[in-house]
Amino acid sequence: MAFNLTSDIHNGVVRITLSGELDASVAGQFKTAVEQAAVAQPKSLALLVSDLSYMSSAGLRALVFAKQKMGASIRIFVVGAQETVQETIEMTGFSHSVVMLESYDAAQIEA
Amino acid sequence: MNDSTAVSDLASLVRVDSYPTHEHEGIRLRHGTPLPFGATIVAGGVNFSVFSHNANYCQLVLFKKGAAKPFAEIPFRGLFTDPQTHEPLWGEFRIGDVFSMVVFDLDPESIEYGFRMTGPGNSATRGEPGIHRFDLTHVLMDPYTRAVSGRNVWGVAPNWQDVYPYRAGIVQNDFDWESDRPLEIPIEKLVIYEAHVRGMTKHASSNVRHAGTFAGLREKIPYLKSLGVNCIELLPIYEFDEMENDRLNPLTGERLYNYWGYSTVGFFAPKAGYAAVGRRGDGTMVADELKQLVKELHTAGIEVMLDVVFNHTAEGNEFGPTLSFRGIDNQTYYMLTPEGYYFNFSGTGNTLNCNNPIVRNMVVDCLRYWASEYHVDGFRFDLAAILGRDPSGAPLSNPPLLESLAFDPILGKVKLIAEAWDAGGLYQVGSFPAYGRWAEWNGKFRDSVRQFLKGEPGKVGEMALRVQGSPDLYASRGPTASINFITAHDGFTLHDMVSYNEKHNEANGENNNDGANDNESWNCGWEGPTDDTEINALRNRQMKNAFIMLLTSQGIPMMLMGDEVARTQNGNNNTYCHDNELNWMDWSLVEKNAELLSFASRMTKFRAAHPALRRRDFLTGRDTLGSGYPDISWHGPHAWHPDWSHDSRVLAWMLCGKHSKDDYVYVALNMHWDTHIFELPQLPDGKRWHVFANTGAAHPNDIYEVGTEPELPEQSHIFMGPRSTLIVVGR
Repeated sequence: MAFNLTSDIHNGVVRITLSGELDASVAGQFKTAVEQAAVAQPKSLALLVSDLSYMSSAGLRALVFAKQKMGASIRIFVVGAQETVQETIEMTGFSHSVVMLESYDAAQIEA
Repeated sequence: MNDSTAVSDLASLVRVDSYPTHEHEGIRLRHGTPLPFGATIVAGGVNFSVFSHNANYCQLVLFKKGAAKPFAEIPFRGLFTDPQTHEPLWGEFRIGDVFSMVVFDLDPESIEYGFRMTGPGNSATRGEPGIHRFDLTHVLMDPYTRAVSGRNVWGVAPNWQDVYPYRAGIVQNDFDWESDRPLEIPIEKLVIYEAHVRGMTKHASSNVRHAGTFAGLREKIPYLKSLGVNCIELLPIYEFDEMENDRLNPLTGERLYNYWGYSTVGFFAPKAGYAAVGRRGDGTMVADELKQLVKELHTAGIEVMLDVVFNHTAEGNEFGPTLSFRGIDNQTYYMLTPEGYYFNFSGTGNTLNCNNPIVRNMVVDCLRYWASEYHVDGFRFDLAAILGRDPSGAPLSNPPLLESLAFDPILGKVKLIAEAWDAGGLYQVGSFPAYGRWAEWNGKFRDSVRQFLKGEPGKVGEMALRVQGSPDLYASRGPTASINFITAHDGFTLHDMVSYNEKHNEANGENNNDGANDNESWNCGWEGPTDDTEINALRNRQMKNAFIMLLTSQGIPMMLMGDEVARTQNGNNNTYCHDNELNWMDWSLVEKNAELLSFASRMTKFRAAHPALRRRDFLTGRDTLGSGYPDISWHGPHAWHPDWSHDSRVLAWMLCGKHSKDDYVYVALNMHWDTHIFELPQLPDGKRWHVFANTGAAHPNDIYEVGTEPELPEQSHIFMGPRSTLIVVGR
């Protein structure tokens, strides 16, 4: 499944929806979206990944890039990760950089 | 020029060598850089660099991940095309003995690579000797590859017909370490726990999400912390092939493996099959999982030491497979006889030519890589005596490799530990070239303690040397040169050492001929499991005695995974080939043998609390401070009168508190089968003896928590039961 990315701003939260496979060939697109999100100075960044079927090591690095780009005070939520993606994030330790949520919790994300 | 302009100008600087100059069948190329060796991600592509002194031709072979056939083969020399003009263009991508080339537009995540080489001599013939073994039909793995695929999931049978079974991959080394760095715990404070990555959590009782992996081991960090160890020494985690053993267990018909992993395929690559993410086939992800393990161990205050095997490779002898080194430069990488046979000082078929300058540099590069990229804290070198042999196999008095490692700037703070012997008969315990850096697995500590523990006569004097850190062996190096161990992966577990007189290795399929015969073990009256409560109680006591001997001796203690819960290998003392319960840590023992676990944990904490037990310098037996007591004094049933006689099986010593800014510590060992009364040395005025441990007492009075030791009601003497040990502290 081809990679696709859309984003919007909702209640001060930048929401980036990712689908398909996030690997080295498309990680640059994700990084560009994160850079644009940082300009908006959101209260948090929500990555909606329920349709993301695969995340490679380059994709994992994009999470770290997002954390570094947004700054320590901006929380990053990974929402609805499929088991494969969730396991990848956990096993490689990147879960420490983000907050993993099963579903979009507006009270937490938009607080 | 203002500052902002300067920064802006710097940001706009780009390398002018990041564009292609040549083209081969549509693939864009340019000269590469010889260093670093291996595959390195550079602007626009990947730099490939490989050494061979003897090869006269090399070509790069590129595969899509897992593909049966390469999608491209690019020679490092020949006619290319100019990418701008498409005119023919000669090129040779080589400087000195190094072939190097940048290939543009490669996705590092999706490719695997290898080399083909030719050189002098005929193609290698299996079974025949040869100085050179060049063969253009073989795709060769890069000796410097940071990732190897082909055995991504442990125990899954590979495609045996694969033209390229162990494939080099490309790793992005930019893990987010945050503030982590090697811990640099002073060596005298270490308590080492020798463990197998898979064995730690593969057992069904481990209750971890990813059993048998780096990620699984992460979940056991709290256990290690509560046990009180602060260094985990991992059996080999460099890529090896567990499937290289094709024999069967004659008792069960089960497949046997190369479980321990002492047969390296790739020195720079972590074993993919040890990573939960290994099945994804992403070498960077495998590296990330291991790095996260190291990072979390460090956060818990636990160092990571790797058991490294530089004495041989998985290519075996002249009958072995051509995987990498022998096809790249056989004469450089291996010790060869003049006829071209492989010297076999490792007992496994070949011997890496470690004091050849090229190989020496590779070993240094490798350790630098693990220390800097993986934040590894130390290395234990398997059969390290080999590292001191010259290319003809003769021992060197001043081995360049060992010296290089000892004085290397990046390795300046890592621990270097030698298994100071090899399979060729070179035994260097006490004489390993140390350069003020190297410590050694002290095999004599193991043997002496085992002999004393089982009550052999004539061992008191030797035991006294061992508990001091073996000054007879390390007089000029100090007690921190001595890695004290009673058990290790190679041999009986502690439980089996007190349960078996003989090895029981039938399951290994070698007619019980493998494994050591001189185990210095004692079964306490019955061979193997028994319902006899007296025998079981004695075994339990002997294990506690062993922990006291190990953890009160000067030097660096090392315990074997599971000994603290009486893990058994059913009397097998060479379980190198078993991927089953024989080797896996049974976590139900944590509850079943909680008494022993508690004993071991309290002993590690006692050692941590008492600097007198872990001195950097040898004790002298003299009063150097005017405290009224020697720093160490020897005793027996009569205070100040040790019994050194041949039939003696008792020994006690006292460590003066003033000399170590500590409590007074008195340890007594009664390995006689009778009760003895031990007269206690008199303490300075105002101080009283408190009992910390007495293995002759029933649980829970066998050991106390540090700081809660009850005062002895009788301060002048104490009864010690048969085969029991005692620790009292004076404060």
